[in-house]
Amino acid sequence: MRKIAKEKLGALLAAVGRDKPLYIPALDASGQARFTRWHEGLEMARALNTVRSAKDFFFPQTENLVDFKVKGKQIEIIDPRSEQEDFVLFGVRACDARSFEILDKVFLADPVDTYYQSRREHGTVVTLACTQPEETCFCSAFGIDAAAPEGDAQVWMDEEYLYLSARTQKGDKFLESVRALAEDGGEDAVQRQQEETRRVMAKTPLAGLNLEGFDGEHLNPLFDSEKWAELSQACLGCGTCTFVCPTCQCYDIRDFDTGDGVRRFRCWDSCMYSDFTKMAHGNPRLTQVERFRQRFMHKLVYFPANNDGQYGCVGCGRCLSKCPISMNIVKVAKELSKEVR
Amino acid sequence: MQEVMLEKAKELLQSGAVDRVLGWKAGEFAYDITPCVFASAQELEAGFVYNDFCGNNLSKYLIKESRKGGKVLAFLKPCDTYSFNQLIKEHRIVRENVLVVGVPCQGMTDGETLKAKGVKGILGIKTEGEDFVINTLYGDRTMAKKDALPERCLSCKSKKHVVYDELLGQEGDKLDSGRFDLVNKLEAMDPEERFAFWRGELSRCIRCNACRNVCPACSCEKCVFDNDASGVAQKAAADSFEENMFHIIRAFHVAGRCTDCGECSRVCPQNIPLHLLNRKFIKDINTLYGDYQAGEDTVSRAPLTNFTEGDAEPSIVTKGGKKA
Repeated sequence: MRKIAKEKLGALLAAVGRDKPLYIPALDASGQARFTRWHEGLEMARALNTVRSAKDFFFPQTENLVDFKVKGKQIEIIDPRSEQEDFVLFGVRACDARSFEILDKVFLADPVDTYYQSRREHGTVVTLACTQPEETCFCSAFGIDAAAPEGDAQVWMDEEYLYLSARTQKGDKFLESVRALAEDGGEDAVQRQQEETRRVMAKTPLAGLNLEGFDGEHLNPLFDSEKWAELSQACLGCGTCTFVCPTCQCYDIRDFDTGDGVRRFRCWDSCMYSDFTKMAHGNPRLTQVERFRQRFMHKLVYFPANNDGQYGCVGCGRCLSKCPISMNIVKVAKELSKEVR
Repeated sequence: MQEVMLEKAKELLQSGAVDRVLGWKAGEFAYDITPCVFASAQELEAGFVYNDFCGNNLSKYLIKESRKGGKVLAFLKPCDTYSFNQLIKEHRIVRENVLVVGVPCQGMTDGETLKAKGVKGILGIKTEGEDFVINTLYGDRTMAKKDALPERCLSCKSKKHVVYDELLGQEGDKLDSGRFDLVNKLEAMDPEERFAFWRGELSRCIRCNACRNVCPACSCEKCVFDNDASGVAQKAAADSFEENMFHIIRAFHVAGRCTDCGECSRVCPQNIPLHLLNRKFIKDINTLYGDYQAGEDTVSRAPLTNFTEGDAEPSIVTKGGKKA
């Protein structure tokens, strides 16, 4: 383990950000944190989490997939991708770091999504351990340790030092790039901080969230539950929960008419929207109850049933904070769990 | 007040005067309240709540609720009553199927607003006089209630209910709380500065449509932007100005009908002060056509849908941010 004096944080960011794009959580004009391209003088936010998750960097809200250009009787097919450059994401929390594992299972499974794959290969994820969890945090329900985040390299920060440790080859490279600033040591301080964070985490109100029974075996009783109508009653059908979610991965592919051709793009979709998965024959989920059910069944039942029991949620708490009507996966899980036990 | 409302709701359900009750339901924490339709005394007992966190405007839910058959009791705060009236005026709510019970409001806050003030790890919130005592994972904290209010409540236009069948508690007055102060500030900017301000704010939009979906003035059965066949439906912005344009167009669409309830800004996950766009239109309408408050009544004709000889001529309208 290496450590760097906290007053050298600016120098650390500069050492990394000078060579390649570096993104850190910084406050925007409204006072909320978001990943922002580092530049000299940009201050790192102390916020626990960003409003938008870190998935944006690997699975952006919109991206162009292919261009078709028509010239007479010829159609030219153009790959709009430019060479992906290496970049560093610094300050990713444990929940978001785990979300990449979930997204990988979707996009890196055969057939591999090369757009996503390229970004994953070129991105280095440097995580930052949490010290002050919020009441909306429930990453521990998914076996995530907020005090020991995953990623290519891990950072713990206290009032005096940043402590760094590499977990992958990309992490080694990151540590190498800040070698001049670092010295050895810090194990004891990190251990103390971890114990304290875990102690607070255990006291959070959602620490005991029990997901027993949310699996493929209990699919039918959950699917047919009468609770869905009640739970979705006040849902506005907006896409807030799905757009701030680090694991929501549904997308739509559409064509944009450029006048002399077509620009085929991919964009985030939301199961909350009325045209979600609409096909030539129509829409398989005609009401908000069905669309609402889809979101939670996907995360709590379908995804784990197809992925060795891994849930499609990391407990970051963004949907708990941001839903306009305060309906969320925790309320749904608690209500439905009464039916499967 | 919660106890009085609960008794009233149970009494009206029991007597058969209403079949359902539209109110607010308690959540996991002290602040995460969800709008809810209660059908029985047991359901009410189990979850009905009315406190300083019931900011959701319930009026829009009545578009559907008033068409489900039977009668629904709706608890409405003063600002919800303006939306209710406006929806009556637009023939969206079936009036005879709703029993409106007006309830007082001292301003509503929410978890996000408290967190923006630096409160972390909220475990419980108690009211002591004019203060909140907030129990957190990191110790107790006391905050004056008035310091915990969002902008829309600090500049509240009215504590008076413009419609009700029954009223609980003391009726309030219309207020002059300087709700156009921030609009004045925007107007004082030069055009480039103002353009930069709105570009900065609106460019954070993630097009989740929460503002549109919560808005009582946005009550189209199907929004043009959700209509595949409209030619403008897109889930992705064609350029960096599209989301900006969406909000400007939406503000025009609701101009003269927006009651200034502020729900758009409350629900925006990106904290875009959308209500200021609408307020600018309200101020302009007041200036050009005389004072008008949407939702104040159900019969008057709105300035933008009513031609009079004294109407403002286009030539006096300001152009490009400068006087023509």
